[in-house]
Amino acid sequence: MATLPKPEELARSIQYRVPDRGWMEVKPEFRPGTFLNAASPKWLEMVSYPFPREWSVPDEDWQLPDNWKEIILEGMEDRLNRFRTLKLFFDICVRCGACSDKCHFFLGTGDPKNMPVLRAELLRSIYKRYFTRIGKALGDLVGARDLDESVIKEWFYYLHQCTECRRCSLFCPYGIDMAELTILGRELLSSIGLNVEWIMASVGSCYTRGSHIGATPHAYKDMIDFFAEECERVTGILPNVTYNRKGAEILFIAPSGDYFADPGTYTYMGYLLLFEYIGLDYTISTYAAEGGNFGYFISHEMGKRLNIKMYEEAKRLGVKWILGGECGHMWRVCNQYMTTWNGPADFLEEPVSPITGTKFENAKAHKMVHITEFTADLIRHGKLRLDPRRNAHIKLTFHDSCNPARAMGLFEEPRYIIKHVLPEGNFVEMPPNTIREKTFCCGSGSGVNADEFLEIRMRGGFPRANAVRYVHEKYGVNHLGCICAIDRAVFPPLLQYWVPEVDVTGIHELVGNALVFDEEIERTTDLRDRDLVGFGEEEGGEDEE
Amino acid sequence: MDFCKRQFTAALIAVLGLIAVAYVGVKAHLQPLFGVVIPYLALLLFFEGIIYRVIKWARSPVPFRIPTTASQHQSHPWIKRNLGEKLDNPSTFPYTVGRMALEILAFRSLFRNLRSELIETPQRPEGAKLVYWSYKWLWLGAIAFHYAFLTVVLRHLRFFTDPVPQVINKLAEVDGFVQFFVPTVYLSGVVLVVALLYLLGRRLTNPYLRYISLASDYFPLFLILGIGTTGILMRYVYRVDITKVKELALGLATLNPVIPEGIGTLFYIHLFLVCVLLAYFPFSKLLHAPGVFLSPTRNLTSNSRMVMHINPWNYPVKFHTYMDQENEYREAMYEAGIPVEIEPETAEETEPETTETEGEE
Repeated sequence: MATLPKPEELARSIQYRVPDRGWMEVKPEFRPGTFLNAASPKWLEMVSYPFPREWSVPDEDWQLPDNWKEIILEGMEDRLNRFRTLKLFFDICVRCGACSDKCHFFLGTGDPKNMPVLRAELLRSIYKRYFTRIGKALGDLVGARDLDESVIKEWFYYLHQCTECRRCSLFCPYGIDMAELTILGRELLSSIGLNVEWIMASVGSCYTRGSHIGATPHAYKDMIDFFAEECERVTGILPNVTYNRKGAEILFIAPSGDYFADPGTYTYMGYLLLFEYIGLDYTISTYAAEGGNFGYFISHEMGKRLNIKMYEEAKRLGVKWILGGECGHMWRVCNQYMTTWNGPADFLEEPVSPITGTKFENAKAHKMVHITEFTADLIRHGKLRLDPRRNAHIKLTFHDSCNPARAMGLFEEPRYIIKHVLPEGNFVEMPPNTIREKTFCCGSGSGVNADEFLEIRMRGGFPRANAVRYVHEKYGVNHLGCICAIDRAVFPPLLQYWVPEVDVTGIHELVGNALVFDEEIERTTDLRDRDLVGFGEEEGGEDEE
Repeated sequence: MDFCKRQFTAALIAVLGLIAVAYVGVKAHLQPLFGVVIPYLALLLFFEGIIYRVIKWARSPVPFRIPTTASQHQSHPWIKRNLGEKLDNPSTFPYTVGRMALEILAFRSLFRNLRSELIETPQRPEGAKLVYWSYKWLWLGAIAFHYAFLTVVLRHLRFFTDPVPQVINKLAEVDGFVQFFVPTVYLSGVVLVVALLYLLGRRLTNPYLRYISLASDYFPLFLILGIGTTGILMRYVYRVDITKVKELALGLATLNPVIPEGIGTLFYIHLFLVCVLLAYFPFSKLLHAPGVFLSPTRNLTSNSRMVMHINPWNYPVKFHTYMDQENEYREAMYEAGIPVEIEPETAEETEPETTETEGEE
């Protein structure tokens, strides 16, 4: 594996300078740490994807199929006919550059091809050359160029240095969305057998077994049962968990990141404690065991093939509605694609909170509720007894995950919860230009969170980490809160690299810490076994607030 | 010549060449061509080209509801949203119209623009920090250019109408309210040229912008600069006979073209450049003007969970069913206490089911 430069070396290497030669002549260098590994054939075979073969990114010859050029051009034409976005976004960019310094990969690499405008131009140049008359006639003067293998390699390199976070699209005066171009560009790459190991392994595992991490149904149950036991060890309360239970009122689906590794697992414990506290009639499924959707990172179709499990399972189990966990791209998919792909969900009922009677009007067709909407409603109706002092050791700032931010608008719900589970003054915001709709990506979204890609991930995550560093120094922030499982998986190494003093936590972990059960044992630690501040010495430290 | 210089030079030469064409044409007494034929052709290309393009866009489907949400979504009634938030993340059609109006009339997204800078910071372990600040210059330049251009175009309607509508006269009056020169100086013309110079200047001075700029970016800038400059010259320096210009313009407008004698060459250059702009419009990035109306990340209502969005080409896909999972892991699931559809003993008696199933739509 590539050696990762030290933070100060990496920061120093960011030079906002352009090469001497024009961008059409400059080609990417596949240096270890800056590219993702090629997918092995077995994953492609699992999901019947085209051209499975052994190949390697640094190789000169990528062993493309003989008719690769035809496939790409036909694929582009097909997508031009199916997506207004593609046609429109190719036609109307004026290269004003408003997007250029909005991309975290640009800010962290200084590579001009990471300006969304130029990254889009890598694809647009082919459209211009083969699908417009003016491009055929005037060539590079209107940004058109011939399609050859080096163009494909360039796409592979830069389309995986876009995490589909949509920050550029927020600033674009025409709403041109690089995420859309990246999704369609990656579809084209897949169509000639160019896929990434990390994404394809997750897709293949999820397709055949149920989740990205490839846990079998019984192994999955073991994991969740273990979290329930952990809950009991810390709180004295053993949450009752059921699997694939028909007739439950609610199907709960969380991203696999939350049962795969710390600190996501603590968030899962938070979910279990919350559901136990309110006596929720819910079940979790070994079939729809994955909230996230890596399929969406290679194609719309693969996204649909994985997403369909949610409604299928809800139908089979006969639940009334679906509750979704804390996950970023899961909610991009669930919010903006799910009903269109696999709806209508007329076999489900309009979601109503069984505890408060609140109707979730904003989910009436879709029938799926975000857990922060659900929990915020519980708190609003005074249904939870919370002791914020149990989170007194946590000084928090909140990272708005790209997808719930710019593909949904979920800003207030998590903040409302945070304010009720943390002592007053323990929550501070990062600078306004780096949060809410202007939030910065973690640098590892859209399936690029593989180990071999660490250097680019540290670069892409630099703007976010830089804002965390700011609140850490100014206010002593020691935790970064988030509602995304990929965040919880990738922020620990990112912050370890840039701001090692700051830890990562999900919001429902904080809820789990703060929940006061009637029959609980004396709580001296949080869910991570860390000592609580101001507890343990004197008795009766858990009076109501 | 390097890529960037080539792009700049090609566009400059193209516009200078066009000026030369018009100049030579008039000297060769081709006034009917430049005063009648080309303007009609250009208008035809302009309208036909734009209609063709817009129809092409409009007919291509919008498979997914993908608005870029720029503020809090509609959620619990107690999470209050102010007007700005309702417009930045519209959950109903009227607010979507409002969002589009802001985008088109006030360049809302560009108004959000920021600048970032990496600053050396020795006290930090990594030695650098990123800072961002609000940066409205591009917004200001763009808005100044577009509104000035609009005013100039509207003002020109007085050449094509007789009698001139009151609105146009009023507009010209307001436009020329600062009287420091005879004839009255129209502010719009000045603003137009200054804004254009700013837009050109930033393309040339910012290395990244220079790097991405194509001849097709410089060309319209030079072209409109040429139009503005010739217009200003005609009005303030090398005066042309306005009554004759109006005669020609009215003739064009009433489909009764005439070529009055003695209109200066400068006018024909001006007119020719306008024609080129019209004809070039539908083949170029200038299409952003009609295009912004159709942009799916802006013109879609953010109600994907309230109303099902239909994808006209949605098709069934192959997927792994629950029974596929159970058939593979039945024994282990049963042992782990996970409910199964068919108990292991019963399953052994029957043939295993097919592994893959076509989804139903």
